[in-house]
Amino acid sequence: MLINGLFIFMLAGFIGFEVIKRVSPLLHTPLMSLTNALDAIAVVGAIVLVGEHKSTFSAVLGVIAVIAATSNIVGGFLITDRMLKMFKSSRPTKP
Amino acid sequence: MNNLAGSQTIIEVIYLIASALFILSLRWMSSPATARRGVWAGEIGMVLAIGGTLLHEGIVDYTWIAIALVLGTLIGIPLGMVQMTAVPQRTALSHAAGALCVTLVGTAEFYLRSPDVPAFTMAVLSMEVILGALTFTGSLMAAGKLQEVLPQRPITYKGQNIVNLGFLAIAIAIAVYLVMHPGAKQVFPFMVGIPLVFGVLMIIPIGGADMPTVISLLNSYAGLSAAAMGFVVGSKLLIIAGALDGSSGFILSVIMSKAMNRSFTNVLFGAFGQVQASATGKAEEKTVRSATAEEAAGILAAANKVVVVPGYGMAVAQAQHKVREMFDALTKRGVDVRFAIHPVAGRMPGHMNVLLAEADIPYDRLMEMDEINGDFPQTDVALVIGANDVTNPAARTDQSSPIFGMPILDVDKARTVMVIKRSMNPGFAGIDNPLYYLDQTLMLFGDAKSFVSDIVKELGGGH
Repeated sequence: MLINGLFIFMLAGFIGFEVIKRVSPLLHTPLMSLTNALDAIAVVGAIVLVGEHKSTFSAVLGVIAVIAATSNIVGGFLITDRMLKMFKSSRPTKP
Repeated sequence: MNNLAGSQTIIEVIYLIASALFILSLRWMSSPATARRGVWAGEIGMVLAIGGTLLHEGIVDYTWIAIALVLGTLIGIPLGMVQMTAVPQRTALSHAAGALCVTLVGTAEFYLRSPDVPAFTMAVLSMEVILGALTFTGSLMAAGKLQEVLPQRPITYKGQNIVNLGFLAIAIAIAVYLVMHPGAKQVFPFMVGIPLVFGVLMIIPIGGADMPTVISLLNSYAGLSAAAMGFVVGSKLLIIAGALDGSSGFILSVIMSKAMNRSFTNVLFGAFGQVQASATGKAEEKTVRSATAEEAAGILAAANKVVVVPGYGMAVAQAQHKVREMFDALTKRGVDVRFAIHPVAGRMPGHMNVLLAEADIPYDRLMEMDEINGDFPQTDVALVIGANDVTNPAARTDQSSPIFGMPILDVDKARTVMVIKRSMNPGFAGIDNPLYYLDQTLMLFGDAKSFVSDIVKELGGGH
């Protein structure tokens, strides 16, 4: 898992570089709120922690972690979409 | 047993699909035409991943998961509905929430597993917790400064960097100790607590104008800590998402630090708040020319090409909707109006674009610095609204200026320059701007919103 993990990390890092380099500076704010929402996938680790309920301590920390991450998922996607909706081109109206 | 292995495979396949959707999601962000599709891809990936996780065979308790998901959603909705001007502080808050999640999970995992933690796992777990904790308090501080709950001015003292790095060094030393003695539960709280303090200290010396770099950097830290968590909990999906977020934040920090002419090491070591009180002592009596809204409207209406340079001042004055009315009035008269956006204008990457888009200004009128700089000599009027340092020609010419070398918008090359500004007080950084004393510059003194609104009235009244 460790070496596999490092391979995955390296490849994903390169993909991230190549993909994000192409994002227009116009969209840098929504990009940041989108990556924030995606990053909140950490919720899966927190869900397992709560669900397995191995100790009260871990379950309590897990519940707070799930709340924090879920607020990022919901809030992040919501605001990204709201921002992107506002970006309109003038081209269709031009002759 | 067979059944269990089967459900495990299904979960892995779901995570694989989610990973692909996350990458596609970012790929579609490359253009405004496909960007909303990107959000959809991300949302589907997220729902799949959470659904798949719920199938995990070790889960015995669903009640608290459900309660936490509902509570998180209830907090998330208002955070997603904030005003566009509040987006920088909202982003900082979400970095804090992400980092909080990662830190808590890391802490819980440590206490569940200690003392049987392999060295590599302990090392990444330490990285997860240190980065997570400093990002958590650092982002809260940044959000406080952006919301102006905390003072925006940088607070600096002698030896600050040494103190800060000292804190970080102690945290790393504890991490090394824990890698060697993973049973030492009593020192773990210090490895969480010290970075929490470091996060606060790190942001204290940083002023509002440096926020775009800082937010990007915190973004990167949040991503890296999540990737580290992926190693700890053995989630490939999380490693991928963390790596994507980390590289995104890293790229944005590099762009921002380049746009401020700061080296990346300078940024990494948090030395970026320092604003040297520049040699503004030589206060020769320089004269400025000012104009009224009526005169300004006349000049704008007579122009063929106008470039508007918005800055944070426009956001503070909430002037973007009035700017849009002016844009409409001028466009109707056949004036070509475009907007020049400096990469660090505003308080986060892309901040100005979002505000102008919110005001319904078409995005193909928004130009990046490199696209528009060559056009300034052919521009009749450059209208600066609430921007200062990013237009300062001293950055090109005056070696003694603290911002020398910073790429700027060459507004001084336009035939006429008009600057809307409250008074002649130097801006945030305290750097005098020679642009204001040029022969072709007209100062328009007043609040950005009311001044633009007066210009709109004059333009409307002309016909």
